[in-house]
Amino acid sequence: MTAGPRLFSILRQGPYLIASIHTALDDSQLVRFQEDLIDQIGRYRARGVVIDVAALDVLDSFASRMLRDIGEMARLRGAATVVVGIQPDVAFTMVRLGMDTGSVATALDLEEGLSSLERLMNASPGRRT
Amino acid sequence: MTERASAGFPAQISDEEELLPQLVAHLREHRTRLRQEWATRIQGAHLLQAMTPQEMAAETTSVYDNYVEVLETGSVEALQRYARNLSERIIPRGVETQEVVGIVLLLRDVLARSLFEKYQRDFPLLNRVLDAYEPAANRIANTVAVSFVDERERVIRQQQDSIRELSTPVLPVRERLLILPIIGVLDAERARQLTEQLLSGIRTHRAKVVVVDITGVPDVDEAVANHLVQTVDASRLMGASVIITGLSPEIAQTLVTIGVDLSKMDTIGDLQGGLEEAERHLGYAVTRTEGPGGP
Repeated sequence: MTAGPRLFSILRQGPYLIASIHTALDDSQLVRFQEDLIDQIGRYRARGVVIDVAALDVLDSFASRMLRDIGEMARLRGAATVVVGIQPDVAFTMVRLGMDTGSVATALDLEEGLSSLERLMNASPGRRT
Repeated sequence: MTERASAGFPAQISDEEELLPQLVAHLREHRTRLRQEWATRIQGAHLLQAMTPQEMAAETTSVYDNYVEVLETGSVEALQRYARNLSERIIPRGVETQEVVGIVLLLRDVLARSLFEKYQRDFPLLNRVLDAYEPAANRIANTVAVSFVDERERVIRQQQDSIRELSTPVLPVRERLLILPIIGVLDAERARQLTEQLLSGIRTHRAKVVVVDITGVPDVDEAVANHLVQTVDASRLMGASVIITGLSPEIAQTLVTIGVDLSKMDTIGDLQGGLEEAERHLGYAVTRTEGPGGP
């Protein structure tokens, strides 16, 4: 299941992780993405995660549930999650099909996502969420 | 089609190719009289009343000549060009579809009648002349009608496009703040357009707050209201918040009565209030400077 080249990257940026999805992932690759990301949050003691989906022109129900789950899991591991780069068409399709990112925050792009994490950290400096 | 008439008849006139030039020559020869008769019948039928007599004379002459020419060559391209040309000239003058079809059918009848007069002594020949004439004439009438409707639809589409483009401007007022004033009836098609413009505007202008002003919208129905709510949700997914301003009393009543879920919608009474709220959200503080511009 975890064979083949990675179609995503997870980079460290200070106390944050930046996870970019490079191309449409199939379900097994999404599961691998989830596992890697949750694992690395703990390993690097990350306080926030930015998931960049700008390269995706489709977000199906499985993927959006996966994003929501990642947000919940990351919260349990002590990190806040922001999903960035949702394309206009994707956003409207998600809403029309009744999918959402649940409690996970969204922002326009990477820069916005990082500054919104920054604001979150400043608002509750003592906690790791 | 000439099979049944060919028995016991001189062989030199045997098919459409030979009959058509003959009848075209006849129509050319009696051009002035036939055109006059046609014009009289058009007036009798109260068609083309938007035109002056001079315009009528010019139009009927050119239509007549082209008609005969198309009969003669029978080429589809010439016919389509002729029909398109006719529609383009005639539509801006406010001519209705039934008028155009009417005059073409009248011309067909006038010409058929003249052929009948010419060949009435030789009934089998008349039969074959009409066999050659009728399909060609019907093809012309058909193509003219289709092309006229096409031309009208093209004009309508063009106007719809320009109305649509004009109707939903996305205006950046400050860095990261957009306003969308919507004027006029918001139907499903326009609502779709609005969503598209709003979401791509958020992306290109990197907007954080969008103020949608619907002061100029007279009414909305349930589908459009739900569409608005979805647009607001989709904007949130792209990291922008939407403030709706200028809900009229009627729209407010409609929305509550039909039970659209508005709990997630941020609404403010008027555009001014909406802009002030958006500026607060973005951290702008607008202050008035004392000076010549002040009160």
